[in-house]
Amino acid sequence: MTDVNESGSPSPEKSPVGQRSGAEAVATVGEAERSAAGSASGPAESGGTPPGGPGAGLTDRDGGGQQLLRMFVQNLWSANTVTVTVLAIVLATLIGAVLIIVSDPDVLATWGYFTAQPSDALNASWAVVSEAYANLFKGAVVDPAAVQAWADGTGEWQPVFAPISETLTYTAPLVFTGLAVSLAFRGGLFNIGAQGQATIGVILAALAGFLLPLPPVVHLIVAVLAGALGGAIWGFVPGFLKARTGAHEVITTIMLNYVSFSFLAWIIVQNGVHEPGRPEAISRPVDGSAQLPQLLGSDLRLRVHLGIVLAVAATWAVHWLLNRSTFGFELRAVGANPDAARTAGISVGRTYVLVMVIAGALSGLGGANMVLGTTATALTPLVVAQIGFDGILVALLGRVKPWGVALAALLFGALQAGGNRMQSYASISLELVTVLQALIVIFIAAPALVKAIFGLRAARAARLSTSMAKGW
Amino acid sequence: MEPGEIHALLGENGAGKSTLMNVLYGLLQPDEGEVLVDGRPLKAKGPGDAIAAGIGMVHQHFMLVPVFTVAENVMLGAEQVRGGILGVLDRRRARRQVTEVSTRYNLRVDPDAVVEDLPVGVQQRVEILKALTRDVDLLILDEPTAVLTPQETEELLGIMGSLKESGKSIVFITHKLKEVKAIADRITVIRRGRTVGTASPSASEDELAALMVGRTVNLTVQKAAAAPGDPVLEVEGLVIDDERSVRAVDGVDLTVRAGEVLGIAGVQGNGQTELIEALMGLRPVLHGTVSLAGQRIDGWPTKRVLRAGVGYVPEDRSVDGLVKEFSVAENLVLDVYDRPPFGSGLVLRPDAISASARERIPEFDVRTPSAEAAVGTLSGGNQQKVIIAREMSRPLKLFVAAQPTRGVDVGSIEFIHRRIIHERDIGTAVLLVSSELDEVIGLADRIAVMYRGRILGIVGPETPREEIGLLMAGITDATKTDGTQTGTAETGAAQAGTAETGAADGTAETGTAEGGAGSAATPDGPVTPAPDVAGSEETR
Repeated sequence: MTDVNESGSPSPEKSPVGQRSGAEAVATVGEAERSAAGSASGPAESGGTPPGGPGAGLTDRDGGGQQLLRMFVQNLWSANTVTVTVLAIVLATLIGAVLIIVSDPDVLATWGYFTAQPSDALNASWAVVSEAYANLFKGAVVDPAAVQAWADGTGEWQPVFAPISETLTYTAPLVFTGLAVSLAFRGGLFNIGAQGQATIGVILAALAGFLLPLPPVVHLIVAVLAGALGGAIWGFVPGFLKARTGAHEVITTIMLNYVSFSFLAWIIVQNGVHEPGRPEAISRPVDGSAQLPQLLGSDLRLRVHLGIVLAVAATWAVHWLLNRSTFGFELRAVGANPDAARTAGISVGRTYVLVMVIAGALSGLGGANMVLGTTATALTPLVVAQIGFDGILVALLGRVKPWGVALAALLFGALQAGGNRMQSYASISLELVTVLQALIVIFIAAPALVKAIFGLRAARAARLSTSMAKGW
Repeated sequence: MEPGEIHALLGENGAGKSTLMNVLYGLLQPDEGEVLVDGRPLKAKGPGDAIAAGIGMVHQHFMLVPVFTVAENVMLGAEQVRGGILGVLDRRRARRQVTEVSTRYNLRVDPDAVVEDLPVGVQQRVEILKALTRDVDLLILDEPTAVLTPQETEELLGIMGSLKESGKSIVFITHKLKEVKAIADRITVIRRGRTVGTASPSASEDELAALMVGRTVNLTVQKAAAAPGDPVLEVEGLVIDDERSVRAVDGVDLTVRAGEVLGIAGVQGNGQTELIEALMGLRPVLHGTVSLAGQRIDGWPTKRVLRAGVGYVPEDRSVDGLVKEFSVAENLVLDVYDRPPFGSGLVLRPDAISASARERIPEFDVRTPSAEAAVGTLSGGNQQKVIIAREMSRPLKLFVAAQPTRGVDVGSIEFIHRRIIHERDIGTAVLLVSSELDEVIGLADRIAVMYRGRILGIVGPETPREEIGLLMAGITDATKTDGTQTGTAETGAAQAGTAETGAADGTAETGTAEGGAGSAATPDGPVTPAPDVAGSEETR
């Protein structure tokens, strides 16, 4: 029971925490790539980039001079969306490094006498930044020490997979909400209501989880579907209002977010829902028969559960729906040009409603993940954390394409998982992860900025995400 | 370019005219070569440099702030301030400047009018005014007539003439041959980014068209006599309102028979758009009935109307006709995507869609790099051919085409006209709406003239243009029309109104100017309206 409660309330906290490790994973990727690129000119330097500042590593690469290298760089430089994304992550990591240095008073002090003894400042900066990002990586991907211990026979296998398991646990709900935002966007709607839809989803899933006495497998299915239904209802309302009255979905979904949050706070303390004997706002726990089973046994260190499998299935389903179904054709046509869609006989209003219902159902599934999985097993006011709002960022980062969203969610999940470790081991404030996430998205949303910084050619990148940003 | 010269730049859509001019105006940088102004190379890094060098440009799509007044728009970018660091905008001075320049060049504009309330033609005048207040010597007009009604075009040509007299040079970009012949001193033809020839305005339209397209173009529509069959479309007493709940169509009766083309002539804004949208189920019918082959179809949703065998080419292809982000293949099935073989139930079959596109693209001569290219990247003429291909790819009873050749180059016009006649010859009823009188006369077997929401008369294509022109201006003559005329009341009003600028030629096409209430042209123009009836593309 205590376990449940704990996992319930800290979950919101964890999300910001966890966010960090993703950045790290990415940072590492970026660096790896860079060292690959710069292998001729000096991998050592690329490794040393973070504290030194953005400029150093990059100029090195330019100076390479060999034919092959030049071609590689040229390919990289002709900006496409992937390049811009990777570079955005690199940039965010570099700025994050500066923030780490600035926020550490001891390191900052060494910069005070930089001219007298530059090595002090550089060494101290390098130490603090590398420790932070190393922990981000260890918390999100793998801890080499655990691998070593397992190989030596001194440790168990679980710690080796614990970081990945954490990352995937945080990833699953973000996939759902990211898909919800993306699908709506492809249909021409700004679904800012993923948070609200997830909240209603979490409520219905939890209620079904502890109020209905059902046999094991059926109970789980019913609870998951209840979550989807809750989200679908919450998505239907703005879709219907848009189709019938033209009410702008941004306004209605934002307002419904408030309603859902208050509704959650209210329903937790109702008789039959509130956990008897507890002073704080917490509901009864979900029955074991309605919980998503853990994938790697019941070890508490390996929290990854069936939710991630459902998330991958949902990604595939949304991909299929968009590209291989008649409804997806309608949806894309309406999203790109509602006038032409109408003229070609497509019912725009019906499409809007259906898009929002499906998007809501996806968000609701994300919500169900939060209470039926291992993150929490009871309702608290913060049980859904920020998955709805993070979903908007994930959608943007994933360029509103299903598999892109899945990757973006993986990155954000890794950031969250790694951030937890970065906070406890490297004493870097949790908010850094949030800052990293925000920076990545800002650079993604402003591809021109990234291209200007890196001097990229061929300005074709990221039109979709710009247009999403423009929509505001 | 010489001072005081009007130099026309002719070319098909996508030939590179606008790109060239954007280089001149500093919006694009040349990869190679240079631009000489007064013998000095111009290196315009932006429009500011170009303006300083005396080059002004009026874009095809206006660059005006709709909620600003005329004076505010004119001073935008060169704001006059007073009050030192307070920087108070000197509106009075701007207004005075506008008045001064507009009287000097005879460009009548109210400096205090809000731009969004002005008709398109007047907005264009504001654009020209804007350029003139910057003291430019060379004015670039990028397809200025594409958005204008015939009488607005007349006015514009008049303005260009007076600008020329005052020593300004004008580069006039267009693909309308008649306008070029009417006003240009010299003509340069561009094809695929190269100058292919220079011509004098005395060259015949056929010669110019051949230069533009690179082959001989057949400008007159070849067709056999129609063999009308049973009535396919019957419209009775139709009444429709527009968006602002103003009566747009006021009791229209029409019959279109199988195997004939019924053309609806009329100045734009006289209810044709609303009439057609109502037929397609895109706009509610207030009164009256619409029948397709004897079956009532009013009140049907658009999809059902389309499925009943109606093909529809909407008036504005980029808004209503195409999803620009979609590929050519996807646009070709925009209305049949859920029908076998393209889709059944929830399943879409992309293979079938591409396969069908690979057949349609050569059949309808769509010039596209591939079936997967986004339609928005094609030129206007090819975009239009995509729509034509889509609508003609299923068995039709009725083909409704609104402005099928607007903004389309000569070669494509020829093709589209041939397809429409072909459709007629295989027994489809065709309803053609066009504001280009030449197009209507060339294609239609019967012509219905629409004015202020009513059909003033139905005449044959052999009717003299002036008579049709008078009808379009709302002037009926019982002896010349065949009975159905209404609205003789309007006649007086129309005659009373006088068009704002000299209706030198082409009075045939004048009628109510959009927005300019009751300003109909006087029918006292020369009896030879043909040479440069504005914007007529069809007879090229």
